[in-house]
Amino acid sequence: MSYLVRRLVRGILLLAGVSVLCFLFTEMAPGSFFDEMRVNPQISPETIAGLRAQHGLDQPLVVRYGRWVKSALHADLGYSIAYNTPVAPLLWSRAKNTLLLTLTAMVLTWGISLPLGLWAAAKRGGVLDRAITVISSLLIAVPEIVIALALLATAARWRLTPVGGMVSSNFEELSGWEQFRDVVAHLTLPVVILVLCESAVIVRHVRASVLEVLGASYVQTARGLGISRGRLLFRHVLPVAANPAISLFGFSLAGLISGSMLVEVICGWPGLGPLVLDATFSRDLYVVIGGIMFSALFMLGGNMVADIMLMVSDPRIRTGAADAG
Amino acid sequence: MQVRVRCKMSGKITWLIILLVGLHLLLLLAGFVAPYDPAAQNRELPYAPPTRLHLWDSSRFHLRPFVYPWSPVDDGYREDRSQAYPVHAFVRGDSYRFLGLFESNLHLFGVENPGKCLLLGADAFGRDEFSRVLYGGQISVAAGIVATAVTLFVGSVIGVVAGYYGGWIDETLMGTTELFLSLPWLYFLLGVRAFLPLHVSAVRTFFLLTCVIGLIGWARPARLVRGVVLSSRTRNYVSAARGFGGADFYLLRRHIAPETFGVLLTQAAMLVPRYIAAEVALSFFGLGVNEPTASWGNMLSALQQYSVLISYGWLLAPAAALFVTSVIYYLLADALHSRLESR
Repeated sequence: MSYLVRRLVRGILLLAGVSVLCFLFTEMAPGSFFDEMRVNPQISPETIAGLRAQHGLDQPLVVRYGRWVKSALHADLGYSIAYNTPVAPLLWSRAKNTLLLTLTAMVLTWGISLPLGLWAAAKRGGVLDRAITVISSLLIAVPEIVIALALLATAARWRLTPVGGMVSSNFEELSGWEQFRDVVAHLTLPVVILVLCESAVIVRHVRASVLEVLGASYVQTARGLGISRGRLLFRHVLPVAANPAISLFGFSLAGLISGSMLVEVICGWPGLGPLVLDATFSRDLYVVIGGIMFSALFMLGGNMVADIMLMVSDPRIRTGAADAG
Repeated sequence: MQVRVRCKMSGKITWLIILLVGLHLLLLLAGFVAPYDPAAQNRELPYAPPTRLHLWDSSRFHLRPFVYPWSPVDDGYREDRSQAYPVHAFVRGDSYRFLGLFESNLHLFGVENPGKCLLLGADAFGRDEFSRVLYGGQISVAAGIVATAVTLFVGSVIGVVAGYYGGWIDETLMGTTELFLSLPWLYFLLGVRAFLPLHVSAVRTFFLLTCVIGLIGWARPARLVRGVVLSSRTRNYVSAARGFGGADFYLLRRHIAPETFGVLLTQAAMLVPRYIAAEVALSFFGLGVNEPTASWGNMLSALQQYSVLISYGWLLAPAAALFVTSVIYYLLADALHSRLESR
């Protein structure tokens, strides 16, 4: 239990670190939201100064940070100047879509790459193993933006899936079942892109960790005792090989969230990505900071899940034997 | 046996490096290789498809390829067969600065005016896509290399300090690496970019961009370097050198830093394509190098309109160039990595 508490404290410290970093960077920002207004001769400098004061932009960094922390503790995360609302509800309405996309992609990625990696390792050197090695190398080498654009072009050219947005324009008129199918159809392309990009790395790691365990002497002994191949793999190898795979699960989230931002912008999926991008252009800094905080929060949530799974799967962590640092 | 594997590895690495040098030379000599100025517009040829190279005309075979000009029709372009323009090597055309040193107007190939040889078609302003891919590659690849240099410099300094001095310095620095490693880098990159001025000159954007990309990625090389330093710090020859009175800086420079070279080289080959892709992503979003300067990213951003993406597939050329570059770098990183492991 103390293990989980320690991880939680660490996560909170990490979030605090991220927010401090963000505010340090805002200090470097030369422009602000009201710069565009300054060009407009109808708005007097006094009005702009008043607006700046109203949003607290004229305060020193420490004061702004203090206010922001207070607002974050009230679950507001600051105030968006462009949308004229607190940031958190605004982000949350978009974050739901991002979560839908990333969670679907994550489940599919693991559902595909775990069996594939296991299979490739079990039949090492076979046709499938070599095919997986080559294809995953290619997918790792090629940047996500290239994969995304190529798939988007293919899908759009031959009308394989609807392109752009999350729902069709006549979404409101559809029945419940048709609405579901409509969202799934729009979800297909971004999910396929994300799964292709993410699963390559995971298949490789699963394969490597299974191979490592397969070489261990206790597995050789078990094999010598005549235990069937299936039982050997699933009873003796998989639980041990799961440990590095679960640690990887936490790490792979960072890639997935970054990747989903790119895919959201390219495919027009109304998630956090396009919102943060727009906020970047309009210098709506609290929305940008909020977006970063949300993405860090997702990651930490995922890491917590990974920690809990590790605790369940690895007795060494439960008893604290493996915990040296 | 071991030696044979090593030799085979080195041969592969040599070939990959030759390939890579060739690729970079192509980009470096963009002015010479590209037939047109990257900013030269042909307003009468928007979205012209790639020019076809012909060897046969209606009557006979020509050894020298020739092209027909595009003439606009209702739904696109048709080849105007009345006039053929043979493709010549070493022709005079738009002037450019050769390697940034002296003025020249000699091009590797081209056709006589008013013929146009658009090998990869044209964009919305009728600018030659092939020339723009070469010039844009200069920006994108240079951004990747400079950002990698920044990352490796910062990463190795921090890694060496953390590994060599240990104690609370090590713990603080490694805690910070965890902070940087656990952030979704694209959000973070975008965030940092949001705090920098949006509209500045292309040169300043370029340096801001490379610094931002480079400074975000220092954590992984720092960890790797730290690991190498930790293991080499306790080696006998280092202890011996210390016993002879070697100062910290001398030990680091003479005995420890060379050990990190292999790791840094592998990291470089891995990071360059990733940072090129980062520049492409930022410019694609419109946060990077701005028009009219070409970069692979801002060329691709035209494809954000789905109608353009569907109808004018040749505008994906920068993505193809990025693909080729990334694959070569990846193979090199892979080969370097196996060589490092087999030691």
